[in-house]
Order: sequence, then C-alpha cells, then structure tokens
Amino acid sequence: MIPAKFDYVRPSSVEDAVEALRQGGEDAKILAGGQSLLPVLRLRLAAPSVIIDLGGIPELRGVREDGDRIAIGAMTPHHDVMRDDLVKQHVALLGQATETVADPQVRHRGTLGGALAHADPAGDLGAPALALDAEFVIAGSSGRRTVSAAEFFVDYFTTAIGEGEILTEIRFPRYTGWKSHYEKFNRTAQAWSMVAVAAALKVDGGTISEARVGLTNMGTTPIRATGVEQALVGQPATADAVRAAAERATEGTAAPSDADAAADYREHLARVLTGRAVLAAAG
Amino acid sequence: MAEVRVTVDGVNYADDVEPRTLLVQYLRERLGKTGTLVGCDTSNCGACTVHLNGQSVKSCSVLAVQADGGEVTTIEGLARDGKLHPMQEAFNECHGLQCGYCTPGMIMAAIDLLGDNPDPDEQEVREGIEGNLCRCTGYQNIVRAVQSAAQKMRPGAAAEQAPAPVAGGGN
Repeated sequence: MIPAKFDYVRPSSVEDAVEALRQGGEDAKILAGGQSLLPVLRLRLAAPSVIIDLGGIPELRGVREDGDRIAIGAMTPHHDVMRDDLVKQHVALLGQATETVADPQVRHRGTLGGALAHADPAGDLGAPALALDAEFVIAGSSGRRTVSAAEFFVDYFTTAIGEGEILTEIRFPRYTGWKSHYEKFNRTAQAWSMVAVAAALKVDGGTISEARVGLTNMGTTPIRATGVEQALVGQPATADAVRAAAERATEGTAAPSDADAAADYREHLARVLTGRAVLAAAG
Repeated sequence: MAEVRVTVDGVNYADDVEPRTLLVQYLRERLGKTGTLVGCDTSNCGACTVHLNGQSVKSCSVLAVQADGGEVTTIEGLARDGKLHPMQEAFNECHGLQCGYCTPGMIMAAIDLLGDNPDPDEQEVREGIEGNLCRCTGYQNIVRAVQSAAQKMRPGAAAEQAPAPVAGGGN
C-alpha cells in the first residue's frame, strides 16, 4: 500500500529540523532511517501531515571519541555501528546487539537513534544502551540537554524526547577490555526478540568484578537486571555460579503475554538466556 | 511535489514526484524498471531489494525522495553487453529458483553479501540473505548458487568469469 499524502522537508541542520518540527506541530513526524516508520505509513497506521527527514544533516552521522565517551550520531546506520572500530573496542556489546537487528537491508538504512527513539520494547538496542549507562543528547528550541538511559525509556514506545525535540547523539562510557555478549531468542529469520539478554562483564583473574545485564522485551521498556548484576560480582565465571545468579533475572520485570509467548515462558527464557549470555561473555 | 535526481543502472534521471512515492514505485511505474518486484506490504520479503549507493536496501521501505542524489542499481543493471552477472549465471546453473518471484531481490542481496564477505560459508550465506524470503525452494539451491558465484567471482578466477563492475556491498 502507498502512504497517505504528506509534506516533506529535508533540513540541513539540527536547528532547522527543530524549527521544522515546531512549525509542523503535533502532526509532524521525524524520519530517521525509516525502517519502522515507512512500514507504519504504508499500512496507514499513521498519517502525519509533514515528514521531517534527518538524512540531510551530516552532523548526525558517525562515531567519534569525545573525551572519555564514545559518541555516536543518532543517524548512524546499524551497519556502520557494528563495523566501527571504536564501537568494537569500547562498546562491543552495542555492536553485538546491532548485528542481530532485522536483516542486512534494514541494517543499511535503519539507525541507532531511530531505533532507540522508536522504543519498541522488543527492539534490540535499548537493553545494551541501558546496561551500558548510555547518555542521550536531545535538541530542542532552547538548546541541548542530556538524559541518562534510566530516564530515557519511559514506557511502551515512549521516551523522554519531548514534543519539538530531536535525539541527536548517544554517548557511551568506555568498556575497554570488558567481555560481552547479546543472546537473542526468536523463532524465525528477521523476527523480533521474544526475549533477549545483553551482558557485559569485567573479569579479573577468573572472578567477575563488574557486571552489566539488560533485558529486552521483559516489560514495556528495556530493564536492567540489577539483581543478577549484584549476584555476579565477586563470583567466579563458572557455569554453576552464573546460573545461580541468573535465577534473579526476572526481578522487577513485567513480561508481556502475546501471540509469541506467555509471560511465564518469557520469565523462563529470561533466566536461561541470562545464563547463556553471561557464560558466552565470560568465554 | 518534490524533485528527485538519481542515477539508475547508469542512467541519470530527474523527476518531480509526490513525497509519498516509494522508491520501488518510482522505479517500476515511472522508469519502467519492472524487474524489481513487490512481494509484500510488510518489509519482510526482500523481493524489492536494490542497491542504493552500493548497499542493499528494500526499495519498498525507502522514499524516492530519500534516494535523491544517489545511485541505484537494480536487477536490470547487472548484465553487461548481453552477458549475465556471475550471480545471475549461478542462479541459472544451480537452479536457484522455482517460481522466480524472489529471484531479483535474492540476487541483489547475494551480491551485496559477497561485497562484504567474498567467501561465505553456508551459515553466512543463510544469514546474508535473511532479509529475503523464498517460498518455493527451501533455499538449498539458492545457497548453492551464492557459493558457486563466490567461487567464480574470487580474485584469480578466469577473466571472463570476473564480476561485472556493479556496486556490491558495504564499504
């Protein structure tokens, strides 16, 4: 099907985009890579009056070092994120999760910022962003502000990005030398995660000294498995210790029941996949 | 209306289009490039896969205006001087199709894959064409065709079997 009619603007700066968004009012919609928005428009689940395409703003693309942070432009495509040397070296978990997103064609067009702003609870990039304490830079008419990952994810498809605001950059602390793995469970090619677990560990002499664990699709937002993190610290990276810690994976979760899986099955998956993710990370 | 200037299969075009025009619609209905097919309404099937600036994309999920200033290669731009691209030949030789509906997209995805990974193993081929659905073959001969093409396209393969100079894959 063909989308309903809309006006199209392609600003060349963030400031112009913010202004276009102000002029467009509440019927305006931001277009990043379009890999979620275009299908929604085609199915006529949305009919915005104006589309503001961020594809013409070079500032929003690319990965760079910024002091002690790795800064990724919101319009950086998944394909570029997962191949980037800075990401591989300092934020490997994000790259590993990105490799599992959809399929190669979608990864060529879809963007990190677009996926995070869309905030689908089954999306794969929220859990690593939350687990790794990412910061989100958001531009509006009064300038730019930064919010933590813990504040960014508010609810089902809802983030801290306000009306008239645009996500411009996602910043990560460096996890150089950490070990990580993203364990995704789905049944068919291209499918969304039924549940997935993002795990990053600092291992010193066989003992886990720091742990970060994020859960995909175990609630209306990505969820940090803090109970598992606490249980892992100080433990040897052995199967028994990891599986015992993984039993706490469902603490604080509110798994949905839907056509893919019932909540109790998702809880089972969260425990099993957490064990697998942590053991695979520990290598 | 918005203006779109693109190069498609080596030819420059400039057209006014409605912003809502999908790239696949523009290719098929305006340029007559009906070799690129539409298979689904959900961005799953990959039948509409083309290369945009050297990377595979689903042209049903790209607006024509987003391709402005870009270079598009479709299945119709692969053959050179009447000679099929090695990937097209391989699909022919290995019988990598039955009804053929998925074939143009499958071939475009497979060429992109080899651009990133010139010698993929079976699992890597299956993951590389994950965005393309085939409902006839069970994929067996498609995987064989891609691996056969990879052999032919390897540097050092016979000159007449070397790949045609089309965009293929990422960087």
